[in-house]
Amino acid sequence: MATQKRTVEVALSTTGVDAQGRPQRVPLVTADDGSPIAVEAPPMVEPDLAGEHMLINIGPQHPATHGVLRLVLELDGETVVRCIPHIGYLHCGFEKLGEYRQYNQILPLTDREDYLNAMGNNVGCAMSAERLFGIEITERCKVLRVIACELSRIASHLVWLGTTCIDIGAFTPFLWAFQQREYIYNLIEKWVGARLTPTITRVGGLAADIPDGWMTDLHKFTTDFPGTVDEIDKMLTKNGIWVGRTIGLGVMTPEEATNWGLSGPMLRASGVAYDVRKDFPYYDYETYDFDVPVGTNGDVYDRYLVRMEEMRQSVRIVEQAAKRLPDGPINVDDPRVILPNKSKATSEMESMIHHFKLVMEGPRPPLGEAYVAMESPKGEKGYYMVSDGTSKPVRWRIRPPSFVNLAAISKMVEGHLLSDVIAINASIDIVMGEIDR
Amino acid sequence: MSDAFEIQYAGSALANAPTPVTPRNVRNRGGEPNPSAAALRQQFGDAIERVEVVWGVTNVYVRPERALDIVRWLHDDSSQRYDYLSDVTAVEYRDIEAPIEVVWHLRSLPFRRELRLKAQLSKNKPLEIASVWSIYKGADWLERECFDMFGIRFIGHPDLRRILMWEQYREGYPLRKDFPLRGRFSRAEQLRQALAANPEARYSMEELSIADAFEDLPTEMRKRLQGGERTGE
Amino acid sequence: MGLTPRPEHRVVEYNPTSQEGWVATRLDFLVNWGRANSLWPMPFGTACCAIEFMATAASRFDLARFGMERMSFSPRQADVLICAGRVPFKLAPVIRRIWQQMPQPKWAIAMGACASSGNIFDNYAVVQGIDTIIPVDVYVPGCPPRPEGLMYGIMLLQEKVKRERMNDKTIRAEMEPDPKSKLYIPAPVIDELSEPFGNSVHQTRSGL
Repeated sequence: MATQKRTVEVALSTTGVDAQGRPQRVPLVTADDGSPIAVEAPPMVEPDLAGEHMLINIGPQHPATHGVLRLVLELDGETVVRCIPHIGYLHCGFEKLGEYRQYNQILPLTDREDYLNAMGNNVGCAMSAERLFGIEITERCKVLRVIACELSRIASHLVWLGTTCIDIGAFTPFLWAFQQREYIYNLIEKWVGARLTPTITRVGGLAADIPDGWMTDLHKFTTDFPGTVDEIDKMLTKNGIWVGRTIGLGVMTPEEATNWGLSGPMLRASGVAYDVRKDFPYYDYETYDFDVPVGTNGDVYDRYLVRMEEMRQSVRIVEQAAKRLPDGPINVDDPRVILPNKSKATSEMESMIHHFKLVMEGPRPPLGEAYVAMESPKGEKGYYMVSDGTSKPVRWRIRPPSFVNLAAISKMVEGHLLSDVIAINASIDIVMGEIDR
Repeated sequence: MSDAFEIQYAGSALANAPTPVTPRNVRNRGGEPNPSAAALRQQFGDAIERVEVVWGVTNVYVRPERALDIVRWLHDDSSQRYDYLSDVTAVEYRDIEAPIEVVWHLRSLPFRRELRLKAQLSKNKPLEIASVWSIYKGADWLERECFDMFGIRFIGHPDLRRILMWEQYREGYPLRKDFPLRGRFSRAEQLRQALAANPEARYSMEELSIADAFEDLPTEMRKRLQGGERTGE
Repeated sequence: MGLTPRPEHRVVEYNPTSQEGWVATRLDFLVNWGRANSLWPMPFGTACCAIEFMATAASRFDLARFGMERMSFSPRQADVLICAGRVPFKLAPVIRRIWQQMPQPKWAIAMGACASSGNIFDNYAVVQGIDTIIPVDVYVPGCPPRPEGLMYGIMLLQEKVKRERMNDKTIRAEMEPDPKSKLYIPAPVIDELSEPFGNSVHQTRSGL
């Protein structure tokens, strides 16, 4: 007898109750003559659950997930029993693209990957490339890169602050933070012309030197910015709502944090004082006088405090760097990586040949590999490049701090409430562009 | 340089760990090797194939079948204490004959040391190596990504499935050198396969088993769940 | 380069000598004015363009001037889908589903080069322009577009909205994808649109 399958939303037959006491519902199928036939109820697997658990899907498109992240939560009432994150919704094949690009062409990719810390990424990638080439950059370039990294750190923490405040419910700090970001954007734009994706470095140097008067603008920023941080601090740090919503959440002990590979403020808030700038320094960071804030409890509140203090310390570093900025060239004097002057390239044979090789083929490093890590606002960011002597790397690997930090979310949210999941997720400071690459 | 001030050495590093300094004029080959390399040679003998110092970082090539023991010793031994796993990744070279290398970047925070372990997997055999998840929990997603991009199976991993591409992705392993940049299928075909996936259906078996949606699942899926199947999205 | 408009989707141009009634034209004006000046955006922000979108919504550039400060994160309450950022294939069914959930009248802005054409990501993972998945009204170029650029795109959309006519029944027709393949433009057209132009794969002529 042929049956017509019809999906009936409302009319469901009830055949007794299942193991959990819920009325067991089975879909109805209509026979040819219109009479309903109940399909045999399947044998129910006896789940060993204490009560009725709910499966909730957050994302991938969701305002509070900071990008296209999908969290599947198993909830017992409002308490999270298990959290399974799904990523990959922003996977754009960066590492594959890197194998088809010359070393200078890879740098624009790094802007788009962690887009909140674009200058920092540029510096990190150029650092790895220069290690692979065996180039020592000039002093002026080093100091300018330090300034770029720290401005980038401030910008990234401001986005983190703004979006976390929105997630937890405070809208005003978002506007304040983004206004300060506009000042940083002004600085970057005066320097290289772009706001969010500057590509400020080149292998062996920088895209451009700072224009006249830039230092004055920078000084104005560093004098005014701490005032905003203090304002936000006054509004949030001792605020009952803020403290109540962030204290005690998402705790990671120091051993767990180290074992899970966390880095950056996530690790330092748990009490492990590991900062790449201090432990494996680069660009003379050991000669700058700055402190690294280290938390005690490893909860969301500590991460907030660590990041706020890091912004202040970054301002300190920028001021010191600005004082010590030496004169001199920004590009290393190596014709194998740096394009010669236009006037020389059109008049001297040697320069013309260098120019030709660099433009057509790109700078070629010796055989080898380099992994250099830097402290990005999210954590330990490293670029691992493997060269086979040609102008395009064999392998370009990005060690993404947010990727490793996010993996710990399934550990951190267990036992917390649904609204805490959002706060904990915000405290990790994830950038999906970096996680998914 | 600025005036004298006391440099704060933050770090969980021990007091006798080397003072951190920005490396200058790093040599291509032949720098000072990491003391762990000598200790490894002493401990594991010929499981260590060779040691090279490339651009200041010590590369230790190990036999793939001993990799897990070596990593465990490096983690547990009190003179090594490599407690931090930076990265697990793989490298495939452009030479077709060359083996695929699995690379671990380890750090010892107490001793301020950096080490790179490599294991070479021949392409003639199935690409398998032991997972270090039992030692470092952070290896979970890193190894899943390695599997997704290269097809290397990590034995002992709790949940080895694709992480960046979707589970039913049929074009292959993207970072392999024989995988073309723009994929194997035409754009329309890629789009067709991508759109054919139902976003709601992308739950793993494990997730569905706990849900209210159990009774809405088709019969064969429920049978598979009852059989204890745990793979999926 | 753009999509060949399907024959049934002709826009009725405003013709002052046409026989539309006075009431109809006044109603058109009123409805379009209302729609254009209170477009509630659905920010489908994925990557860097989403940050520039947030900057556009923040105090300096202020989308509230356009009536767009009320971001609607539920597609059911949104008017315009602003796809800000790159869309990989894994995300393609999600954006299709969101577009289908939006009720008419709806518009789409492809913000940035990634949403318009795939940008530098001409590889296995990224959709080469979301107009292969959903119909797009305004393309805003840039990587990322400056906030002024996005606002210009929004103003272009407002002009497009104001040109609509109630008489033209085809404008608000929902474009249905082919049920089997789920594509709404034919496969050869998608392949042609997604072809690399210039030397997007090999950036130099020598070497690899």
